Amino acid sequence: MKIVVAIKQVPERDAPVHIAADGRWIDESDLNYTINEPDAYALEEALQLKEKGGDGEVVVVCAGPDRVQSTLREALAKGADRAIHIECDDLGSRDTLGIARILAEAIKEEAPDLILTGLQSDDLGLGQTGVVLAELLGIPHATIIMQVELLGSGLKVKRELEDGWFQHVEMPLPALLTIQSGGNKLRYATLMGIKKAKSKEMKTVAAFPATAAPAVELERVFLPEKQKKTEMFTGSPAEIAAKIVEKLKFEVRVL
Amino acid sequence: MSGVLVMMEQRNGAWNRMSFEALAAGQQLAEHLGTECSAVVVGRNSGSLSQELASKKLKKVYAIDHELLASYTADGYLAALEQFVKQEAPDYVLFPHTYRVRDFAPALATRFSQVLISDVITIRYGSGSTGSPMFVRQLLQGKLNADYRHTSQGPCFVSVQAGTFRSDAVQEGTASVETFTPQLLPDQIRSKPGEPFRESSQSVDLSSAPLIVSVGRGIGEQDSLSLVEELAQALGAELAASRPICDNGWLPMERQVGSSGQTVSPKLYVAVGISGAIQHLVGMKGSKAVLAINKDENAPIFEIADYGVVGDLFEIVPELTKAVLAAKG
Ligand SMILES: Cc1cc2nc3c(=O)[nH]c(=O)nc-3n(C[C@H](O)[C@H](O)[C@H](O)COP(=O)(O)OP(=O)(O)OC[C@H]3O[C@@H](n4cnc5c(N)ncnc54)[C@H](O)[C@@H]3O)c2cc1C
Ligand SMILES: Nc1ncnc2c1ncn2[C@@H]1O[C@H](COP(=O)(O)O)[C@@H](O)[C@H]1O
Repeated sequence: MKIVVAIKQVPERDAPVHIAADGRWIDESDLNYTINEPDAYALEEALQLKEKGGDGEVVVVCAGPDRVQSTLREALAKGADRAIHIECDDLGSRDTLGIARILAEAIKEEAPDLILTGLQSDDLGLGQTGVVLAELLGIPHATIIMQVELLGSGLKVKRELEDGWFQHVEMPLPALLTIQSGGNKLRYATLMGIKKAKSKEMKTVAAFPATAAPAVELERVFLPEKQKKTEMFTGSPAEIAAKIVEKLKFEVRVL
Repeated sequence: MSGVLVMMEQRNGAWNRMSFEALAAGQQLAEHLGTECSAVVVGRNSGSLSQELASKKLKKVYAIDHELLASYTADGYLAALEQFVKQEAPDYVLFPHTYRVRDFAPALATRFSQVLISDVITIRYGSGSTGSPMFVRQLLQGKLNADYRHTSQGPCFVSVQAGTFRSDAVQEGTASVETFTPQLLPDQIRSKPGEPFRESSQSVDLSSAPLIVSVGRGIGEQDSLSLVEELAQALGAELAASRPICDNGWLPMERQVGSSGQTVSPKLYVAVGISGAIQHLVGMKGSKAVLAINKDENAPIFEIADYGVVGDLFEIVPELTKAVLAAKG
């Protein structure tokens, strides 16, 4: 079975949030980047499916500037077989449909049995790219998936619903799943894996040129305005603790 | 029809209550645009639900009815809604940002060469009739906001975040109900959905806990959990967590608070090293009092905290435990 995993490189979680000069994104100069968290779970699921099946191939794909190669390389070190870097320096000016299109173009040629994406990116939080990609490729999809089981010629997946509910869904292959975090335990890259990754194929392809103007545009970013008045405690840890206890006693009345 | 169309969500004849928040947003949007709002229910025999909507201030209520829509499938909904939206040609289509909407709405927008503006927290209106509305959504898990504008021809698809519009703002009125029967064939539906279920091991009920100490990724490693456990014990509180803690298996999933975990409303919720992503907030913002301890002064959790400490949890929490124990004598 051939599995393609779309992974996105995103700023690390504790990235400093300074608005860039053009007002449309944050200043990237002192950011560190990492794999989008649900995508790490998507990769893990793909690797486990391959291991269970005994044969097959896991191909990781990422669209972005040159720096994304480090994230692809890490995926190779964890066990992916090949990587495709879709060179794209203008991700920010493409909307979801534009990004899904360049992914679709690159993935189509691979004709995979299964495509996995993360359910949502930590930076843009759109939660859409996988679903749009499935639509462009004309294959069935399911979202927010915790578990994947191969079932004859198709799949049985466990889909997360709200409030602690779940649902099983069966579907034929090829299909696309958007993976939720927590379904598996993530592996670390071994030294051996890191060494092996160096000789694995990383193909660079040009991004499909944008065919349409974006349907929606991000005009500006801004820091959220605080709406609630929070009473802040300052001082030494002991002083802070004393102030909190005071509040818990006389205002919240739980002590 | 032009105007605004709101997609209401139901399962087995029961509303997803977030639908009414989307409905309130739709009515407000229509009013600002000087146009009218309609609502649509998809399903099988959802007559009583559409009747309920007939008492709202709406131009029309549409019931999209077909036996193949009895349970949700992306394929069924997409085919039906594509036909319906083509026929009615609304300017705006609003959804509640539910898990189901996440599953089909992005693809519905694709069928119209559009892009869903997802998880919107505010709609801002320009002055006068110039300027299309601005849709505000969150980036970087709530640390940044962004203005989005619809820049193309064709319907504008928008989903609204839980809790950002008030369902009690829905205006009453009268509307007629119309049934729409889509063309659907069994072969079109490629996936087979099972019945929703809960994991049987659910033995912790946090929903009625009066005191909760909740821990997030800021705790860093499993071994440090004892720090918050001690605080919880001192307070006589239940221990809860954000998703990453449960994803890592450090605490059982039944202690997870948030959109995919439990919804809680204690007298006191202490959030330790939790950033305050919306999926966490929806599970705990009904708390009477929230105390947040976080080293990042811009963490979104402070948006909803009554009391806050900007600082290192490893310094604050042990002191707090000591002070609580001392106060209890
Ligand atoms: C469909 C969907 C469903 C989801 N369901 C849920 C859900 O039910 N529940 C849930 O919680 N999440 C859920 N999530 C995930 C959610 O989006 C967030 O990723 C998650 O809540 C983040 O958890 P966190 O705040 O613990 O971690 P982070 O966002 O990583 O925050 C860690 C915080 O700790 C602080 N910190 C770090 N070190 C220290 C220190 N030494 N002292 C003090 N503070 C420190 C940091 O400043 C940061 O604010 C869901 C996501 C999706 C897409
Ligand atoms: N530039 C990209 N390269 C590869 N995959 C991507 C890219 N952008 C988004 N994705 C995939 O789409 C998922 C959802 O992203 P989003 O729609 O931005 O929330 C991510 O988890 C990735 O799996």
